Amino acid sequence: MNASAATIEPDAIPDAKSGAGADHVFHLITAGAAWFVLILLGAIALSMAWGGRLAFETFGWRFVTSPDWDAVGGHFGALVPIYGTLVTSAIALVIAVPVSIGIALFLTDIAPRWTRSPIAIAIELLAAIPSIIYGMWGLFVFAPFMAAHVEPWLSDHLGNKAIIGPLFSGPPIGIGMLTAGIVLGIMVIPFIASVAREVFSAVPPPLRESAVALGSTRWEVLRSVTLPYTRSAVIGAIFLGLGRALGETMAVTFVLGNAHALSPSLLMPSNSIAAAIANEFTEADTDLYRSSLIALGFLLFIVTLIVLTIAKLLLLRINKQMGRTH
Amino acid sequence: MAIPARRRVADVVAFAFATFATLFGLLWLFWILWMTLRQGAAALSPTLFTEMTPPPGASGGLLNAFYGSAVMIVLGVLIGTPIGVAAGTYLAEHGRHTRVAAAASFINDILLSAPSIVIGLFVYTIVVKSAGHFSGYAGALSLAIIMVPIVVRTTQESLLLIPDTMREAGFALGLPRWRVTRLILYKAAMSAILTGILLGVARIAGETAPLLFTALNNQFWSADLNAPLANLPVVIWQYAMSPYDEWHSLAWAGAFVLTAFVLVLNILVRLIARKGKPR
Repeated sequence: MNASAATIEPDAIPDAKSGAGADHVFHLITAGAAWFVLILLGAIALSMAWGGRLAFETFGWRFVTSPDWDAVGGHFGALVPIYGTLVTSAIALVIAVPVSIGIALFLTDIAPRWTRSPIAIAIELLAAIPSIIYGMWGLFVFAPFMAAHVEPWLSDHLGNKAIIGPLFSGPPIGIGMLTAGIVLGIMVIPFIASVAREVFSAVPPPLRESAVALGSTRWEVLRSVTLPYTRSAVIGAIFLGLGRALGETMAVTFVLGNAHALSPSLLMPSNSIAAAIANEFTEADTDLYRSSLIALGFLLFIVTLIVLTIAKLLLLRINKQMGRTH
Repeated sequence: MAIPARRRVADVVAFAFATFATLFGLLWLFWILWMTLRQGAAALSPTLFTEMTPPPGASGGLLNAFYGSAVMIVLGVLIGTPIGVAAGTYLAEHGRHTRVAAAASFINDILLSAPSIVIGLFVYTIVVKSAGHFSGYAGALSLAIIMVPIVVRTTQESLLLIPDTMREAGFALGLPRWRVTRLILYKAAMSAILTGILLGVARIAGETAPLLFTALNNQFWSADLNAPLANLPVVIWQYAMSPYDEWHSLAWAGAFVLTAFVLVLNILVRLIARKGKPR
């Protein structure tokens, strides 16, 4: 048939007139649900802002610049959780980005064809494991492992170096920003890897073949053709992973130590925004305390919103570039 | 024609790294699953499914937690699925190409990755605070809110995959648009939508953060949804963080059941998706 067939509205068909009323109702229901999704995001942001207004009014800018978190004295400054959130997320990306790109490369170029789908599914299952399981495993298995095998080595060999020394000094207790960052890194690998794999395999074959024909090695094809071609999507995937890492709660709560202390050492316990809320919200006994935690939630929500919006815009761009319509 | 050694080495190094990265990723999966299996299987006992969560030092099971989780998941699915399917239908069908649909689709993607703890705070603010107490209803509502974007996404995608000729065939028979959607499109997209719902269940079954300040927890048997309700994730959290060995082993047993449930659902979903795929 031709294109005009697609534009025929049911109203144009005489017999369908009888269904027009029901049609209208159905349209309204689905539109209402779409509006619900649309409004939900704003409602969450507004309710967080409203719930946190007491903290923002009381402390102003000091809420984000002060490291004092004193529930008894009623002083709340969010610098420590903000710092902990940023540092653990940064560690997570340092680990997850190269590994994810490596996995995507392995799955598109190296692995024998029959192994690709099972390996890809196994990596995706990493995203399916509930975060509380990561947390338990982190607390009972991984943190003791870090304390016994990795952290003593780090503080012995790197702790006395000039610039990076302070990052790796301190007692090897297993619980801390480094452990939390590594667990977060494992958790975001599947998100970055699956997008990277999808776009790598969507690079038009002629582009890659031309590079091969010019004598490029497979590494040079990746570096000079595949990565530049998929750059915006890969960066989008990294932002997606960052959004996940910033807001991840349970896994971090288990292994970060819930300490409101600012320390340059990655081996020391710290706090994150999500972990502080999870640990303290039900114990918050004053309005100001509760409001401060909701204000933390507001900050977290706004930051992840911005990060995820950037991710989405970058991912949309590659879709357009590859000629997909949705 | 020989490739210079330096370029050959770079090639080999890059590919060795990619292989290593994949092994690195798989290592964690097997490490986590193996520990959960080992610790969990050791802690499994018949009383797990027949007794309530015990006080420190006593033995017991997780029956009230399993029950509470099951009820909240079912309720969350019952609330979240209709909204999700309806919104997905609007995005893919009735509102396709409208600005509202484009905006909702964009925001839905952001909600998909939004921190779940904030959703818990949101439900706390609008439900728990005004009701004055924690409740199973509030927990179910926060699970429903997490469920919606997952169902929206899969519904939208599966409807968009249906060729327009199917819609045209329906219109040619004189069907109004809503009946085309209900009788033809939903039928064609059924397995994909079901996949989305199962994925949503797998996701909300393990969600802990949004339940912390909505359903809270309850050490005793309670079927009252208007009161704090025991649930598996929060029990695992509290027991794992406690200093008691009996509680640790119950937490591992709960973790084992939860992980097995989520993994089986995920694998089931992939089997359905493979079967449902045309060609």
